[in-house]
Amino acid sequence: MKEIFIDIERCTACKSCEIACSVQHSKSKDLFTAISEFPPPIRRIHVEKALSYSYPSKCMHCAEAPCMMACPVGAIYRDTDLGSVHVNKDRCMGCWMCAMVCPFGAITADPYMKVARKCDFCRKRVKEGKKPACVEACPTHALSYGEVDDLSKAQRLSAAERVARAVSAAGEERKITPLKMLRDMGGV
Amino acid sequence: MAIKTFDRATQVLIDRAEALGIETGIHRLESQQPQCGFGQLGTCCRMCYMGPCRIDPFGEGATMGVCGASADTIVCRNLLREEVGGASSHVGHARHVVLAFKKMLNGEAPGYRISDRDKLMEVARGLGIEIDGKSDMEIAGDVADKALEDLSRQNGEPMNWLRLRAPKREFEMWRALGLLVSNAHNEIEEAMHRTSMGNDADPVNLLFACLKIGLVDGYAGLHLATDFQDIMFGTPRVRTVDANMAVLEKDKVNIAIHGHNPVLSEKVLEFASKLEDEARQAGAQGINVVGVCCTGNELTMRHGVPMAAHNLQSEIILLTGAVDAMVVDMQCIWPSTTKISECFHTKVITTEPFVKIPGASHVSFEPEHADEEAEKIVRMAIDAYRARKGEDVVIPKEKSVGFAGFSIEAILDVLGKIDPSDPLKPVVDNIVNGNIYGAVGFAGCPSIKLRDTSMTERMARELLKNNVLIVTTGCTAHICAQAGLMDSSATDKYCGEGLKAVLHVIGKAAGLDVPLPPVWHMGACVDNSRIASLLGALAERLGVKISQLPVAGSAPELVQEKAISIGTWLLALGLLVHVAPSPRILGSPVATKVLTQELEGITGGKAYVELDPEKAVEGIMAHIGQKRKALGI
Repeated sequence: MKEIFIDIERCTACKSCEIACSVQHSKSKDLFTAISEFPPPIRRIHVEKALSYSYPSKCMHCAEAPCMMACPVGAIYRDTDLGSVHVNKDRCMGCWMCAMVCPFGAITADPYMKVARKCDFCRKRVKEGKKPACVEACPTHALSYGEVDDLSKAQRLSAAERVARAVSAAGEERKITPLKMLRDMGGV
Repeated sequence: MAIKTFDRATQVLIDRAEALGIETGIHRLESQQPQCGFGQLGTCCRMCYMGPCRIDPFGEGATMGVCGASADTIVCRNLLREEVGGASSHVGHARHVVLAFKKMLNGEAPGYRISDRDKLMEVARGLGIEIDGKSDMEIAGDVADKALEDLSRQNGEPMNWLRLRAPKREFEMWRALGLLVSNAHNEIEEAMHRTSMGNDADPVNLLFACLKIGLVDGYAGLHLATDFQDIMFGTPRVRTVDANMAVLEKDKVNIAIHGHNPVLSEKVLEFASKLEDEARQAGAQGINVVGVCCTGNELTMRHGVPMAAHNLQSEIILLTGAVDAMVVDMQCIWPSTTKISECFHTKVITTEPFVKIPGASHVSFEPEHADEEAEKIVRMAIDAYRARKGEDVVIPKEKSVGFAGFSIEAILDVLGKIDPSDPLKPVVDNIVNGNIYGAVGFAGCPSIKLRDTSMTERMARELLKNNVLIVTTGCTAHICAQAGLMDSSATDKYCGEGLKAVLHVIGKAAGLDVPLPPVWHMGACVDNSRIASLLGALAERLGVKISQLPVAGSAPELVQEKAISIGTWLLALGLLVHVAPSPRILGSPVATKVLTQELEGITGGKAYVELDPEKAVEGIMAHIGQKRKALGI
């Protein structure tokens, strides 16, 4: 199953994901029309600041989702095809238990419908074979869409390359061992 | 494969680029998708270092910048800065021409001369210059000084060129509105000043400043440039031309001249003909100068030089491998041209000290040494041909023919053959009887975002069907020429019965065997001045304001800041200005409302955004219909 991943080092805080998310959740799906719709479309991704970084914060569609467990009326459910977590707005009674237990702050209140809103994984787009709107809009690939195993494999390869480069740069004398290199990088 | 597909000639070369692994604008556009929403709405402010600030168009996030600027303030300030970019380009262009003219008069630029004495006298009289007892050179000197006054006056009096070329009714309207401008450079400085941090925050005041910059563009840019270019290089006459990239010739030294300023292109054309023998010695059959973009239009209008490519094709034409030198001056020169030229034997030659591109050869072109430098440039092209000779080239076969050269003088000349005492009478009579339902001026560029929809051609054909005459300039003229709309055969093919009949009659009276074409090529983008003069003359003849005429303007494929400032000038003149895609104003409710609705009650002008060609024509037709009704015709 595919997930949306966030690479905090790549986020420039341009907020393109926020705009794309709002447009995706508008009636018209067109920026110029969407800005004057009522009720206004509500975005489900928020670029937040921490230290000197910015972070596009959104629902992680947890495999064991606390919001699902906390909801007293069973309004939060999983899409079995995509593995994504969704709110049934007809069942939601606006008690905000989901918001209280979510470690990511991914639940926002819909002020017009008085129900919980969260990332819906762009379910319709994804089922049509497209990427989620925020991923497509991100100009720096801070947001990406793929399998967790592929992400981890890429990160393993990248770590391996960093070590290999350092070792090979040390040349003939071999003063740096891979183990020392790892320690220098912050411990084994 | 690229997703968009273009006209056949362009597509052949885009396919070639893909086969050769060369990137073009269409690929770069793809990699820019989706483009920033804040940018498109105009709600991103980078004027100070408390920012950059963005206003959330959905009202969830920030509603003001750090300084407290609203979306309205930010959008209007950004728009005014776009206007300045456009007006600076045109005023800068005009200033280059005037300074070259002045150097010529001082004997410092021997490569130039006065070509149209009649136009010089017309301008001098219009400026109120005493002519009797003075030599041509003295009169020309006075005219040049009057022009330079418009770039230096500090006493607040209206610009000389505004008095010379603005229609009387509109001039008085602008006086009443406080819009008369005095010195182009001061206005540009003030616009930059008022948009920097902590100055003008009133969106309406900023929009009025936009109108003023529109006037700067129209009179210290467009009109000034056209007048001096006509005096120096001649006023265009109607002639036939070939269009599209097929005008390149495999066995000749091909020089594509690209940019805007005829001070350069005229000399390159002259020396291309002087160095024909050298080209033959290099094994070529001669030298073929072809026009790209607007300096191409300048040469087309005055010499019938073929119209090889519009701006979007300026990099595409290099993919033929047949261009030996692309000689450029200022404005609309894509930096990608040098990257593509590296794949072939093509030399990109920049000539302006303030327009350099990595990878180009630079020949600093100054009017004082115009002959030597033009000679050098043509020799560089011949050398490039030597290197290219025998290599494969791909020149698309599509070619069209058409008429160009519709200056005001040429139009009045043609119409005067019907009634010399009242040349505009045939046009006025046919507007009144409805044979000519109205007229639309097409200006602007080819948009890489809209070109695949044939936005301009579809609008043009639809308007012609509805008996609307089209006048055009700039790269839109290239598009129309390539589509065959400037050929006399287009008259029978596309026009409604009324317009068809009129064009047949005028063609016959003009001594042509064929009808006049339904789309009139009036010049380069600076020659939107000619369109305004035509409107002014029509309004004057009918005794009405321009805003009452059954006409409209359209930039069907907006690209450049210059189109924004020209469009704003047309709004000040009182025209409906159709534009696509939308200017970056929609993030401001005030700017949107003023420009698309309330301005109509002030100048008569109205901005109209519509990206669908057929719907856009419906909107324009409804507007023309209203104007006809109000005139009682």
